[in-house]
Amino acid sequence: MPTLVEATSTTAACAHCGLPAPAPADGVQAFCCPGCRSVYALIHEVGAEGFYRFRDGPTAPAETTDDDFERFDDARFRARYVQAAPDGTATVELHLTGVHCAACVWLVERLPRLHAGVIDARLEWTRGRARIRWDETATTLSAVARTLGRFGYVSHPLRDADGRARDAEDRDLLIRIAVAGASAGNAMLIAFALYGGAFHGMASEHSSFFCWASLAASLPGVVWGGSVFFRGAWAALRSGALHMDLPISIGIAVGFGASAVNTVRGAGDVWFDSVTALVFLLLCGRWLQHRRQRHAADATRVLLALAPPTARRREASGRVATVSIEAVDVGDRLVVAVDDTVPVDGRIAVGRSAIDRSLLTGESQPVAVAPGDAVHAGTVNRGAPIEIDVEHVGDATRLGKIARLVEEGARRRPRIVRLADRIAAWFAGGVLVAAAATVAAWWGVDPTAAIANAVALLVVTCPCALGLATPLAVGVALGRAASAGMLIKGGDVVERLARPGRVWLDKTGTLTTGDMRVVDFDGDPVALALAARLERDVSHPIARALAGADGAERFADATVDDVEATPGRGVRGTVDGRRVVVGAADWVLDGACGDDVERIARAGRTPIAIRIDGALAGIAAIGDVPRADAGDALARLTDAGWRVGILSGDRPEVVAAVGRTLGLAEDDLIGGATPEDKLARIEADAAAGSVVMVGDGVNDAAALAAATVGVAVHGGAEASLAAADAFLTRAGLAGVADLVDGARRTRRLIVRNIAFSIGYNAIGAALCAAGLVGPLVAAVLMPLSSLTVITNSVRARTFDEEPTCR
Amino acid sequence: MSLIYILLPLALVFATIAVIVFVIAARRGQFDDLDTPAVRVLFDDE
Repeated sequence: MPTLVEATSTTAACAHCGLPAPAPADGVQAFCCPGCRSVYALIHEVGAEGFYRFRDGPTAPAETTDDDFERFDDARFRARYVQAAPDGTATVELHLTGVHCAACVWLVERLPRLHAGVIDARLEWTRGRARIRWDETATTLSAVARTLGRFGYVSHPLRDADGRARDAEDRDLLIRIAVAGASAGNAMLIAFALYGGAFHGMASEHSSFFCWASLAASLPGVVWGGSVFFRGAWAALRSGALHMDLPISIGIAVGFGASAVNTVRGAGDVWFDSVTALVFLLLCGRWLQHRRQRHAADATRVLLALAPPTARRREASGRVATVSIEAVDVGDRLVVAVDDTVPVDGRIAVGRSAIDRSLLTGESQPVAVAPGDAVHAGTVNRGAPIEIDVEHVGDATRLGKIARLVEEGARRRPRIVRLADRIAAWFAGGVLVAAAATVAAWWGVDPTAAIANAVALLVVTCPCALGLATPLAVGVALGRAASAGMLIKGGDVVERLARPGRVWLDKTGTLTTGDMRVVDFDGDPVALALAARLERDVSHPIARALAGADGAERFADATVDDVEATPGRGVRGTVDGRRVVVGAADWVLDGACGDDVERIARAGRTPIAIRIDGALAGIAAIGDVPRADAGDALARLTDAGWRVGILSGDRPEVVAAVGRTLGLAEDDLIGGATPEDKLARIEADAAAGSVVMVGDGVNDAAALAAATVGVAVHGGAEASLAAADAFLTRAGLAGVADLVDGARRTRRLIVRNIAFSIGYNAIGAALCAAGLVGPLVAAVLMPLSSLTVITNSVRARTFDEEPTCR
Repeated sequence: MSLIYILLPLALVFATIAVIVFVIAARRGQFDDLDTPAVRVLFDDE
């Protein structure tokens, strides 16, 4: 990532992305980072200046990649992602990161002119999905990906099977809506003629003709469009569960059946317009919810695809080759660069480094490792490059075992019966009883009227508004949530979050910034500044914390000599002529630690001692600091009735230290928890009430799957992403509080919608039982109730949208 | 009034044609991406 530069009077706008950049010496173009400079140069070199004309706002800073994409030419990769045609061309679907505006469509679709051998490139802008067809004799996919990479778009292969299936599902629903809409529109037009006839008189052969015509018009809509509900109702009946589809199907079937019979008979009321409008509206509601959920699922799927499934293997020849992860075998020697994720379980063969295991175990501080130590897949190498000998691959790794725990956790989670379906059960029973009562009451008076009134009751009470209440509210709310940075995978999440219970937080990602800082320093400020200068070129996290300490710029230009680093211990060297030793307190002090050092360690921080010219000059405490918004968000959750605790794999003293700063109860601070501990804890709590687990690590994944609602947060591991029900693109606890608040408001909206529609239905049922409702009243009443629900859902504040900048 | 016996079926035939056209368009994926084509027309071919 490019570093942002403070905007001062000596800055200009970056010529590529428009961010503040240092004013250029030559006075022509300013760039914020090398990435933007090279992309800008390249765009002009290939004559694609049009990019800057078509973009509709500042571009994001260019992120160039030095990936060689060689794995894209691998046979395994080809078999999995590429479709080859007999004429020597091949097609692939890629997800491109870095696509942000309309101009990107233009640039990517010019690929055939920029890269010889590419035949066609199509980019789906909002999803960042590119479809590229190229001539395999003229170029390779890795070369195409490198060209895209030079423009700042990083390619990730997309496995297409499920994406296609979902596209087909979307199209199918859309077609049903179209057919139902056409049926409803035409039936309504014809109904106007019939209503005119009812008021002013019409020859019976004409009205009979109109009835037949509307029967013909509504048949496709009811049969094809309505089959969604009939199938749902049938499946529910067979499994013994009750579902909203059941009362809906009864209403549609009775309404259409009675109308068809009356058409053949040539007497009685027809309800074609109401029935078709009902099918159309309900399908629209479903489509909206479906689309929103799919959007969230797509977004998380793309994030999963971003994990690079590659490893760098040292071949027998000594050369390092990038290979796909499936090709790695036990006994191979792999090279893991700094800040790379360890791809498999293994043992260090060469090199000393610090391993960040936070995603796997929850430990917030990197652990020093030396040759012979075990490292696990999913951990990140900080510090120095290492080489490892592979011991386990695939499912046999610790990561693979956790993945199995996740599956189990998800399987054991109790399913919830959705509010609308619970009501549907009562509703269907109530309506049938009311219809029977109507028949019984009218039978003695007039058997024909008895049947007509019962049919009217069944049609009018068909739960149109009730069927719309949940999908609409949820669909609109999920859309709002997505634009506020909360991707919610399913509508039931909203209902799961309705009752307050416990929130378990994984400490590292959610409550603290994750950056090491000097939180406390006791001693001579000059010593700290000298230490900061010495540590400036060391990449260890503790060194970075020291290098960012107060007064670090004081010796910025001082000369540094004789630097000697002892991995896992510290650094010694000469700064500005003074001998400086800085490192772990027991190393610097040679085991002679005082009370203050012990106190720092007990508080969950790392004690660092500084010696200047042989004398102890200061002791610094280094630790993680809580996020600025953590306290506020915590208060919001507590006010809403949630009991917040920390369930972390981090060291108990660190958990306790963070928990105490934020004022959490001592009982709710659990440290040193293994993935199995977390799963057990969550399952125990889930049996007692709702549990929200917020986590970002692989070690949280099983617990996320088992919790009532699992929430993955920004920057997390892909396993947690796959296991969670919701994903927050914003870091920090504030997103969790927003999620819970939004879910509560959405739930309230659903309840309000349901109350409205039941009210309408009760009035309608009463009028029908009294024999006062004909098709005209039904045709007015039903859309009116639906309209209320629609306006209610669209206008309600559920998830607050945040101004987002693309 | 007898004209209605021709006009109404004719109207339904037109509606059917419109629906069929929509179904063909949807099956070919014309409604899969509703955002990109809107910006794509703005790019002129030099």
